[in-house]
Amino acid sequence: MVPISTLHYLIVAAALFVLGVVGVLTRRNLVVILMSIELILNAVNLNLVAFSRMWGNLHGQVFSIFITADAAAEAAAGLGILIAFFRNKETVNVDEIDLLKW
Amino acid sequence: MKVISLTEYKLMLPMLELVIFALGILLIDLIIPRDWKWLNAVGAFVGLFFAAVCVWQIQATLPGGAVGFSGALLVDHFAVFFWYLFLAAAGITVLMSERYLDLEDEHSGEYYALLLLSVVGMMCMAAGIDVVLIFIGLELMAISTYVLVGFLRRERRSNEAAIKYFLLGAFSSGIFAYGLSIFYGLAGSTNLQEIHRSILAQNPRHPVIVIALLTTMTGLFFKIAAVPFHQWAPDAYEGAPTSISGFMSVAVKAAAWAMLLRILIFALFPLRSVYVPIVVFVAIATMTLANFAALSQTNTKRLLAYSSIAHVGYMLLAFVAMGTSEPGSPAFSDGFKGILIYLLVYTFMNLGAFAVITSLRQRQVIGDELEDMAGLYHRAPVEAVLMLLFLLSLAGIPPAAGFLGKYYIFLSLVESRHYGLAALGVIYSLLGLYYYLKIANAMLIRESKETKPLFVSIGMRCAVGVTALATIVIGIYPEPFIQGVSRSLPTWAKPTAPTLRQ
Repeated sequence: MVPISTLHYLIVAAALFVLGVVGVLTRRNLVVILMSIELILNAVNLNLVAFSRMWGNLHGQVFSIFITADAAAEAAAGLGILIAFFRNKETVNVDEIDLLKW
Repeated sequence: MKVISLTEYKLMLPMLELVIFALGILLIDLIIPRDWKWLNAVGAFVGLFFAAVCVWQIQATLPGGAVGFSGALLVDHFAVFFWYLFLAAAGITVLMSERYLDLEDEHSGEYYALLLLSVVGMMCMAAGIDVVLIFIGLELMAISTYVLVGFLRRERRSNEAAIKYFLLGAFSSGIFAYGLSIFYGLAGSTNLQEIHRSILAQNPRHPVIVIALLTTMTGLFFKIAAVPFHQWAPDAYEGAPTSISGFMSVAVKAAAWAMLLRILIFALFPLRSVYVPIVVFVAIATMTLANFAALSQTNTKRLLAYSSIAHVGYMLLAFVAMGTSEPGSPAFSDGFKGILIYLLVYTFMNLGAFAVITSLRQRQVIGDELEDMAGLYHRAPVEAVLMLLFLLSLAGIPPAAGFLGKYYIFLSLVESRHYGLAALGVIYSLLGLYYYLKIANAMLIRESKETKPLFVSIGMRCAVGVTALATIVIGIYPEPFIQGVSRSLPTWAKPTAPTLRQ
């Protein structure tokens, strides 16, 4: 049984990060894109907490609490904007957001 | 248990004051009747003025720099310079906004509250030397601006701009945070000075460092809207309320630049051999794409959005000059001065141009197409002439102030022997002249369908007047501004700055 080291956490975090980035770039539903962004922020949190344990100080954990709060604020503002958009356009598909171009 | 002293609170007094005013506006907005909504604008203006007085008091007692809050906040001349810049930009935006919001039939006081809160976020970004504070400042600014961009709830273009800006902004913040988390892992501290020290001891080409650097730079380039991460900018600027487009193009951009300089120059300078080639590529791509895209625009807000991306390209050139020369050499300090002066000058000339576009919004006219500019000289001669001044300044024609910024940038490029880049920059500035003069041509020569004089409110007249005055004064008598900027050169040779603490 291999003991779980910092590196294991970092690999999980990197996988989450890549999943999030791929999700943002490929999905067409606005709500799913929002969820993918949350995945990226969770990857950051995992990184920070793992490093915090590795170094034995609390900076990383404090940062991760701030990032959690920030993710909540971002989701609140984002969903508000999304609802305002949906009222006018009745869609959550990014391909139909095409009023502004070139 | 360490006690936070009173002097440390004094350092963040301007921010506290702005927060109190923002919350006050939110509360007062509930009780004032609809006809009295202009009081919100007055409140915001008074708040910004008080904050500026506080900054002035801090500046008067500032030695080289003062650290507060366990080394999270560093108030030096660099930070104070940017604080003044943000406050000035926000003040001018408030002057532009009152009548514009009235015409758009949006009376919520949240507009001014969010404006003040975004300024607080920017101040954190410019003064933070702890990545936690910088990131939280960035998000405070970004979330406030997402909402401001979508403030015209009934307007589809505004909704769409807000959605695009929000998605790309949140995405880039996530990538940026990922980079910062790896730097924390490398250094064991979130403090930029600690990160600087630990990076010095390591191989700059180690894959983990390169990944951290690339993700961090992606976030930074998104925020300053450099190609290939620029696509949100034209959409957000076109759809946003015009006053907010102006505010974003100067204050938000300046804050992003402050953050970029703090991170890439103050903290990650040992990695310059890795990031300078990337910046060269990005700078050339930015200037090329933005200048050519701007040529074919018919919407003035979108045109100025591309022009603002092009200006980022010029500033990145100065950044290249800094990155390839030793700190303390003339090329380095001229590049640094070039970026700061450019941002200062750009604040006034671009806000002025946006103020004129904002004043074209009338009861029945949206006013952001190039067509709406036609015959402006006959409808509002003063505004048209001042707009010409702003456009010439943007193109970099002396004696307007825009020339000064370009002069320092090209000077630093020549001093660091980047003749090719300097030549390219000059060629693209000349190309820029074409689309600026396209606006001037519409304004001065073409006939307009509309003949009655343009009504311009008093606040708007003040905004246009102040920006025009600043553009001329900085262009003709730049000495005090150059000296002010020279004092904010990076001081990381001393590992810890002296503190105000007793």
